[in-house]
Amino acid sequence: MKRDIFQAIADPTRRAIMVLIAIHAMTPNAIAEHFDISRQATSRHIRILNECGLLAQEKSGREIHYQLKLEKMSEIDMWLEQFRKHWEARYSNLDSLLANLNGDTA
Amino acid sequence: MKAKLQFDFLVDKDNSTLTIRREFAAPRQLVWDCHTRHELLEQWFAPKPFTARTRSMDFREGGHWHYAMVDPEGKEYWGYTEYVSISPIDGYVSLDGFSDASGALNPDLPRARWDVTFTESAGRSLVQTIVAYDSLADLETVLQMGMQEGLTATLEQLDALLPTLDT
Repeated sequence: MKRDIFQAIADPTRRAIMVLIAIHAMTPNAIAEHFDISRQATSRHIRILNECGLLAQEKSGREIHYQLKLEKMSEIDMWLEQFRKHWEARYSNLDSLLANLNGDTA
Repeated sequence: MKAKLQFDFLVDKDNSTLTIRREFAAPRQLVWDCHTRHELLEQWFAPKPFTARTRSMDFREGGHWHYAMVDPEGKEYWGYTEYVSISPIDGYVSLDGFSDASGALNPDLPRARWDVTFTESAGRSLVQTIVAYDSLADLETVLQMGMQEGLTATLEQLDALLPTLDT
């Protein structure tokens, strides 16, 4: 499944994970300790971030450390996606306003 | 029953344009009014959690809309739109720029040309907005700036969020 960066940042826990591992590489267990969520939920977030191409992996022994690829964050596509959401939200406001003005006869 | 309304968002980096097309389940005159009368425009133009507030508006060729996007803390981001040409109710062309509270344009930031057209078929209205910058460099400047603001906003949300998670 093709994922984009917006899917990564759409979830508040994933955003928080991104901030954590932007500073230094961490194992999934170390990441999970920072959140009041299950180990499985943490793994799922890490998998999605990985599928978005946002993670660099580093193996030491049996452990994998994950770090955020900061250069991916600067992709223009991310802003464009936010901009698209911006227009979607704006037009959804307009839908409501038009329905009100129309007397909601539609 | 709500039918799905068309929404297209196309980016053309070669021509430095964005094309946004959206259908509305309302007559064209009403959709036009919502774009050209400030008391209606300010009710939808700002995406949540922002609100739009008009400082002044004069919808005529050579006229303007001077407005602020206000965030929930009350911080104002000023914009100044100048109307270049108007043909009711088919469309208008405007120049959209960043300004300050007095309406003075920020000369360091590029202005975009908006070509907004309104068409109608089968009881639905279609609004097409083509946002064009002078150059790819201008588009990139605005994109980078927006991205920084977006990231800042995201980080501010995180500041509020992290204490609730890190128990």
